Amino acid sequence: MDPQVCNEACLICMALILVLSIFIGFEVISKVPSRLHTPLMSGSNAISGITLVGAVIAAGSAWGTMSLVLGTLAVVFATVNVVGGYVVTDRMLQMFQKKPGEGKE
Amino acid sequence: MNFILIVNGTYIVAAVLFIYGLKLLTSPVTARRGNLLSAVGMFLAVSATLLNEEIIDFRWLLIGIALGSVIGALFARLVKMTQMPEMVALFNGFGGIASLLVGWGAYHVMPLAGLFVMTTVFLAVLIGGVTFSGSLIAWGKLSEVLPGRPILFRGQTLLNGALVVVILIGGSLFLSAPETGYPIFLGITLLSLVLGVMVVIPIGGADMPVVISLLNSYSGIAACAAGLAITNNILIVAGAFVGASGIILTNVMCKAMNRSLYNVLFGGFGAVTKGGAEADVEGEVKPISAQDTYYILEAASAVAFVPGYGLAVSQAQHVLKELGDLLEEKGTEVSYAIHPVAGRMPGHMNVLLAEADVPYEQLIEMEQINRRIGSIDVCVIIGANDIVNPAAREDTHSSIYGMPIIEVDRSKTVIVLKRSMAPGFAGIDNRLFYKENTRMLFGDAKESIGQIVAEFKNV
Repeated sequence: MDPQVCNEACLICMALILVLSIFIGFEVISKVPSRLHTPLMSGSNAISGITLVGAVIAAGSAWGTMSLVLGTLAVVFATVNVVGGYVVTDRMLQMFQKKPGEGKE
Repeated sequence: MNFILIVNGTYIVAAVLFIYGLKLLTSPVTARRGNLLSAVGMFLAVSATLLNEEIIDFRWLLIGIALGSVIGALFARLVKMTQMPEMVALFNGFGGIASLLVGWGAYHVMPLAGLFVMTTVFLAVLIGGVTFSGSLIAWGKLSEVLPGRPILFRGQTLLNGALVVVILIGGSLFLSAPETGYPIFLGITLLSLVLGVMVVIPIGGADMPVVISLLNSYSGIAACAAGLAITNNILIVAGAFVGASGIILTNVMCKAMNRSLYNVLFGGFGAVTKGGAEADVEGEVKPISAQDTYYILEAASAVAFVPGYGLAVSQAQHVLKELGDLLEEKGTEVSYAIHPVAGRMPGHMNVLLAEADVPYEQLIEMEQINRRIGSIDVCVIIGANDIVNPAAREDTHSSIYGMPIIEVDRSKTVIVLKRSMAPGFAGIDNRLFYKENTRMLFGDAKESIGQIVAEFKNV
């Protein structure tokens, strides 16, 4: 089975999604204070592992041996990115969440 | 049941969770919940994808997910907070290579998919490749596997320019005849990886916050391109968020150094040999002992700590917090002044100090601390150099002239904790060390602060 190919209407639609997403991204993220910039970076880094969705499709669609190999490799890398990214961000934010003075014995 | 509808419906839910998760990141109190929501969104998106009718063979992809989860979780659990910059760089590179592979896979199965799809494949491979190799070099520099200094050679800019031109020509050749273009495609893949190496090696360690932010942005754009190539909305949406976030951070970092992005990427900052243009530094260095430092701190009513990368290197954040607590118990006003580019990634110092349980109310940003720095009795500089160098204000010939700094020289007394008199990353002498009100406490920051703490406890 071949992956579906997009027609013109669908291209316009994707372009619209892209543009709107960029605007939402800028609006939301520019409000993140500088003290949270590291978690923001590692958190958004985890989101960039969304490419895992594409990798899963490539690895599972039985398009042939080559794309199975490429897809599986992509799945491994993207999963490391996603899982590692979220866990590391959570570890960091856990520290930020502590109430003032709580750390003292 | 209509699977396409379910899958795409779930993607919308996932996109909402990503947006809401990022929104919660705007406050330290809600940020952890935001990250969790974002992770739930990711879980839903991947789970829904498994329902996709096209997916028939689950064996390899499940093995891949299991393997990746174990590796990722282990990495994330074992890494020390001080190693966070290189960890982020490494994960980022993995995202890049995944996008490259997805693009490659898309090309492999549908070489006749038309100009638009092939263009996005080209972009996914190019940007994904640059992100991957560039992030690996950044990881190498940050973990000191590679030298942190900029690696420069004659004709570097020319070579990089030529590389870009060759990739673009290759790209247009490839796009004009994708079905026969496999060798060209492989060539482009290889050159993208080379380009990633070439653009990061000339960048020095102090400029790493900019590079990491930029590569972060690239990994998002690569995911976006991969999403366009395989017509997948959630990839486009999430990729665009990451791209935007990376660009915002890059911009913040560049502003904090008063330099353009072009200058950071091609300037080879820190390796340029300075002529005699810089004004000579006057005065002499006045060393101080830990005991005398204690007397000065003990008498102060307002103290500001100014941390830099040296704090991370010597891992002095816990003992620093201990010193801060001792001062506070005596009624001294304690604050931690954070420069936006202190350390090796955006917000680096905040993470370190949060690890040591420093309450975030005490973390003061540069503009705020500068406004009242004249009323601060003692500024203690811990492993920071260029971000407190008054040459940025005074010396028009200095390579850091115009960079916003924490103006510690305007406070009453400055104590600099430093290992030796070696210049900072910009490779220039710091006239702060020679000022009348500056004292130098030489030695490892952790040990020095430990000695001061011991003095406090002996009383």
